[in-house]
Formats: sequence, structure tokens, C-alpha cells
Amino acid sequence: MTWIVQNLWLIPALPIFAAGISALLKQRSRIPAASLAVGSMAISFLLSLCAFAYTLGQPAGAAPVTFNFSWFQFGDQWLQLGWVLDPLTAVMLVMVTFVSLLIFIYSAGYMEHDENFTRFFCFLALFAGAMLGVVIANSLLLLFMCWEIVGLTSYLLIGFWYAKPEAAAAAKKAFITTRIGDLGFLIGMVWLYAQTHTLLFYDAGVGCLEQSSLAHLVAQTTILGLTVSSAISILIFCGAAGKSGQVPLHVWLPDAMEGPTPVSALIHAATMVAAGVFLIARIYPLLGAHPVGALNPTAALQVVTWVGAITAVFAALIAVAQYDIKRILAYSTVSQLGYMMMGLGVGGVAVGMFHLITHAFFKALLFLGAGSVIHGCSGEQDIRRMGGLRKSMPITFLTYAAGMLALCGVPLFFSGFWSKDAILHAARNWSISQAPFYMGAFGALLTAFYMTRQVYYVFAGSNRLAAATHDDPQLAAHFEAPTHPTPRHPHESPAVMTVPLVILAAFAILLGFVGTPAWPWFQSFIEGTSATFSFSGFSEPGLLTVMLASSLIVFLGLGLGWYFYGRRPIESAEAPDAVGEIVPQFFSVLGHAFYVDTLYGATLIRLNTWWSKVCDWFDRWVWNGAVQIVSYLVVGVAWVDNFFDAGIINTGFDGGCESVSRGGQFLSLLQGGRVQGYLKVIGVTLVALVIFLLWGAKA
Amino acid sequence: MSSLQSYLLLSALLFSIGLAGALTRRNAILVLIGIELMLNAANLNFIAFWRFGPTPSKLTGIMFVIFSISVAAAEAAVGLGIILAAYRHSRTTDLDKMNSLKG
Repeated sequence: MTWIVQNLWLIPALPIFAAGISALLKQRSRIPAASLAVGSMAISFLLSLCAFAYTLGQPAGAAPVTFNFSWFQFGDQWLQLGWVLDPLTAVMLVMVTFVSLLIFIYSAGYMEHDENFTRFFCFLALFAGAMLGVVIANSLLLLFMCWEIVGLTSYLLIGFWYAKPEAAAAAKKAFITTRIGDLGFLIGMVWLYAQTHTLLFYDAGVGCLEQSSLAHLVAQTTILGLTVSSAISILIFCGAAGKSGQVPLHVWLPDAMEGPTPVSALIHAATMVAAGVFLIARIYPLLGAHPVGALNPTAALQVVTWVGAITAVFAALIAVAQYDIKRILAYSTVSQLGYMMMGLGVGGVAVGMFHLITHAFFKALLFLGAGSVIHGCSGEQDIRRMGGLRKSMPITFLTYAAGMLALCGVPLFFSGFWSKDAILHAARNWSISQAPFYMGAFGALLTAFYMTRQVYYVFAGSNRLAAATHDDPQLAAHFEAPTHPTPRHPHESPAVMTVPLVILAAFAILLGFVGTPAWPWFQSFIEGTSATFSFSGFSEPGLLTVMLASSLIVFLGLGLGWYFYGRRPIESAEAPDAVGEIVPQFFSVLGHAFYVDTLYGATLIRLNTWWSKVCDWFDRWVWNGAVQIVSYLVVGVAWVDNFFDAGIINTGFDGGCESVSRGGQFLSLLQGGRVQGYLKVIGVTLVALVIFLLWGAKA
Repeated sequence: MSSLQSYLLLSALLFSIGLAGALTRRNAILVLIGIELMLNAANLNFIAFWRFGPTPSKLTGIMFVIFSISVAAAEAAVGLGIILAAYRHSRTTDLDKMNSLKG
């Protein structure tokens, strides 16, 4: 089985190769493009299963298996890259390839009518390859390179419908916002290299996550008494925060929903945004490294926890007041990513990763369900204009409900419960403060509430689509347009879309059982210990209390949701929101996402615009002036040169040549070609000579 | 008028006739004949200057003339050969038409 370690690179290489080929295909070759992407993904999935099986076969607690190679030499050092196969990689590989595979299949149905189908699959395959590269990388540099390709494909796919100005703006926003975080990542990486002289994570004891480097990093402190390891971790966390949409860099993620829905599901819910969490999980030894004898968690872990907790509550609050079906899910994703970060901060890799994996499945399910709803409603995304879809889209409804209950964390039978509970339990036992626990609990309440609100809006009551269509002339025109392939009435999506939904729903429910306190297999697998099945896991102090409390919170959230939105069916698309009626001002603030975008627009973007204007002025007048002067100078010199050349040198040469040519012409007259002519000249000359001699003799 | 002068006059006359022939004739063979006449005028000069020279006992003059005649014979053979070759080439012996040496 060791060949899987040698050939682990194939897992990301295959989709990238497929992307390369489909980039060369013609726009019309839809079937080859889709089958290349799906086929390469399927093979990658099988290889990932092999890798997973290999890690299962390893003894518990074994060192990560790595394969390193030298890339190039600079100075007297070799830059090394490599890949690593440990439980973390294996779990992520299986999750990413499996979710990607399902979403690829779903996309073939969802994007059926799009003329740029081939380009879409090319980008998707490139994304999947780069994401898998992030997962297997054993070098921070390789991870960073794949990380940037992932960012690029995210940009390309958000702006896939680039003719729409909002999509183009959202793509730009996503790219720039994540770049701000990546700057921190880059600085942290450079600092790490300067300190440890290696960017390999695991390298037989001398990698940057291994004991010797960590001891070196912990031994030094920088400003504010931070250890160097914490400072580097916080810088790298900036990159993770940008990618994973943590406050204050979360603004791009809701806007990213302008992209096609499968993209939202794959990139902006299940995999790419989880890359930030994965990065933190990967460098966790660096975050967790603390000096000997220190008891409190390190500063880096505290930063991660607080940012995560704030994000979890902040985004959940905003999600309550959104009307766009995908925007609600986007804020929900931001909130859940906050949970994952918090889980990493308070409970370690296993807790955060467990939520990452379960979330990937149910959030992909929710997004694909939302895509199915949007597809069925002919492109409508406003939940106020939906309603009653329970009857017309039964499969979508059932799977969506499973995803929604998993996200809310309904006890015992849904995966979200177990993973969220693990986070809350860890937060309860955190030594610094209880605040993250209460924030998390409040976030859970809000999550249950806004998801109930959304489901009631979308699936219950009467269908408000047709009524709204009549009222809104613009929308009516949209439906009357002859290019629109789907009928006006909501309809269930084709099997190519519903089958992935059903599979994901099954996982959303079942996946929780690999990480329950009774059988914490997943946690043990990640942490490299062996798991045993026993109900005594529940007797851990405080665990049952937390479980009970979180169950109560979830049911409270569901109940509140029912009270506001389910009690009386929503009849009209124009009816005000039930919560909005009670606290209209606060609801409006939430609806505008706490005006964060406005704040950025008024401060950072204005500053940036002002600065760019200054630069423009400087460029236009100072640099341009200097360049102009130089260019005039050069033109002047060239003019003088030209004059000298044309007027003096050329004329001289031309004159010389002409006189030589004339002389030649004149002399050629003498050569008549007649021998007698020459003879005549000789004779006359002879006579003249004789006369001259005689004359001379006489004188 | 001494006898040397009369010889010289004869040879000058002979030379002038040869020169006139060489210059005025269009036929290459006649030009060649004119050239031979001029050569013979020169030979006559050799003989005359030797005969009335300071040491007529030495046979230098005769030697020169015999030498010159033999060279002239060779020259006439070469000249005729050239004329034949030119005739084969251009099917004429008219010198006015043989002007391809012109620059």
C-alpha cells in the first residue's frame, strides 16, 4: 500500500490535468468536459479512499507519512516541497473528493442551459485540484501556492457570469478581501522561514511543526510578550480568516453568492472556505506551542477562539434578517466557520475538524437544495416570493429539511448536533473565559431560528411566485422571455440533481455517529489514539449538562421560528417580516449586515480611492512629466542626428557616388569595342608623338 | 639623297600603306595583311640600318630580321586562327559587327 504515499500527488494532479485538457476543448464539447471533470474526480475519490484505508492501517499515534523532494536551489539552500499523509489529510481528501464529485454531477444538471458549460467544468476541476493540493501539501509554500490557485478559481467562478455587474464586483471584492488576509499569511510564512530555515511541516524531526523548531520559536518573544510562534500563527491566521470569512474579512462571502449555485455549494460552503480552518488545523502544533510551565492557552489560540466566537454570533444575527435564500446560507456558513475556528481554539484539531466535515456535508446539501429550489422557481432567489414548495418539490424539501435540522443541531439523529456539541462542551471547559460558550449557545439559538424562518418561507404556506410575478413587471418579463427554458410553475429538479441531494442528506444524518462521546472514533483518528465504544463517554463532567442545554436551545430556536413564521402562513410577498414588525430598526440594521459594507465604503475604500487619486495625480504630472521631458530630449537629439546624417553625410556620399558614376560613363565612351577605332587612336597618337619629337629636336 | 634615306622612305611608304589598309578595311583578313605590311616595313628598316650602320660586318641585322620574320609567321598563324574562330562564332569577318568587347 505504500505506493499510495508515493503517488499521493496524483489526487490533485488528475483534476488539474482534466482542467488543462478541457481548457483546450471547444465551447460546444459539453460532454467531454463534464466527463473529464467527473471522471478525474471519481478516480481521485478512489485514490483518496486508498489513502484513507492506508492511514486506517497505520498504528495509532504513528508519525505522519511524508514524501519530500527538492524543488530548486537558491544560494546554498535547497527549497523542498512534499506531501504528507496523516489522518487529517486523509479525512479532508475523502471529504473534498466526495463532495466535489457529487457537486460535479449536480452541476451537469444545473448548468445544462449555460453556454459556457465547458469553461465552468474547467474552472471547477482546476479548483478541486488546487484544493486537494492544499490538503496534501507538506510544505507551507506548496500549501500557499495551491491556496492562491484556489483563490483564483474562486474569483473566476464567482465572476462566472461576468456580464452581470454584481457578479464582476463580487468576484473583485472576494479576490481583494482574501488578498488582504493572504498578505498576513505571506509575512508569517517569510518570518517562519527566517526563523526555522524550512517550510516543510514534517521532515524527520526538523520540519517547522516538529519539536526542535517549535522549541526554538517558543524560546523567543516579540512585542507584547508574544512568543514568536504565536506571532507567526496570528499572521498566518490572517490568511485563514480571509479565506474562511472571519470578522472583519467576512464581507466577501455573502457577495460571493453571485456565482452559480454549485460553486456556492462547493467553494463557498463545503471546501474552500474550510481551507482556512484546515490551515489552522494543519499548523495547530505551532499555535499550541507554549513555553514549558505555561498553563493558559497560547495567545494565538485565544485570538482564534475570540475571532471565531464573534464571527459565529455576528453572522448568525445578520442571517436572521436576510431575504435572499443563498445569502442566508452564506451568513450561516460564515457563522459555522466561526464555530469551527472557536472549536479549534478551545478544543483542538479534532473538535474543529469534526464540525468542518459534518458542516461540509450538510451545507453542501443545503446549497444544492437551494440551487434546486432556484432552478425550480426559474431563477427566483427571494424567499418572500417562494412558499409552498413542499408539495411541488418533495425530494428537495425532504433533503433540505434534513440539512436544516443537521445545521440547527437537532439532538441525537443529526450530525450537526454532535459536532456542535463537541465545540460547546470544549468551550464550557475553556480555562480563560466562559464567554465563548455563551456566544456559541446564543449562535446556536439564532441558527435554529433563522433556518426555521427560511424553511417556513420557502416550503410552507401558499405559493407566492405567480402572484408576485404578476405584480412585478420586470420579473414577469423575465418569465415571458422566450429564452427561458423552464415553465412558470415550480417543478421538481431532474434526477441528476436530486440524487446527489439524497446522498448528501444521508451523510448529513449519519456522519454524526462517527464522533459521538460514546464512540469518539473520529476524534481519536485525528488525534492518533484508539477509540473504544462505551457509554461511559457521556459521564464526562459537564457533558450531559451541555448536551441538555444545547438541545433546549435548539428547540427554543425552532419554537421561536415556528411562533413567528409558522403559526400564521405567510400569504403575500409584500407582507412585512414578523420579527421586523416588532423591532423594525434593529431588523433593518441586521438586514444591512450591520452596515459593515457601508463602513468599509466610507473609510477604507474612500481612503483607498483618495490614495489612488493621489497616485494618479503623481503619475500623471510628475512621472509622466519626467518621462515626457526625457522623450522630448531624445526626440531633439534624434532630430539633430537625422539632420547631420541626411544633410551632411548622405549628401557627401551621394555627390561622391554620382561623380564616380559620371566619370565611368564618360570613360566608357572610349571603349567602343572596335579594334580599328583603337588602332586609329594609336596611329594618331603615334603621328602626334613623332611631330612632337621632331619639334623638340628642332627647338 | 643617300641610299639610306631612300630605303627609309620606301619603308615609311610601306608602313603607311599597311597602316591605311589596317585602318580602312572592314575585312579582318585584309586588316591582317595590312599588319603584315607594317611588320615588313619594320624589317626593311632593320636591314637598312644594319647595312648602313657602323659595323655591317656583324650579321646582327640579318639575325634580327630572320627572328622577326619567324615571329611574324607565328603571329600570322595565331591571327588567322583567331579570325577563323571568330568567324565560326559570329559567321562574319566584318570587323564593324565584331563589337562585343564594348564596355
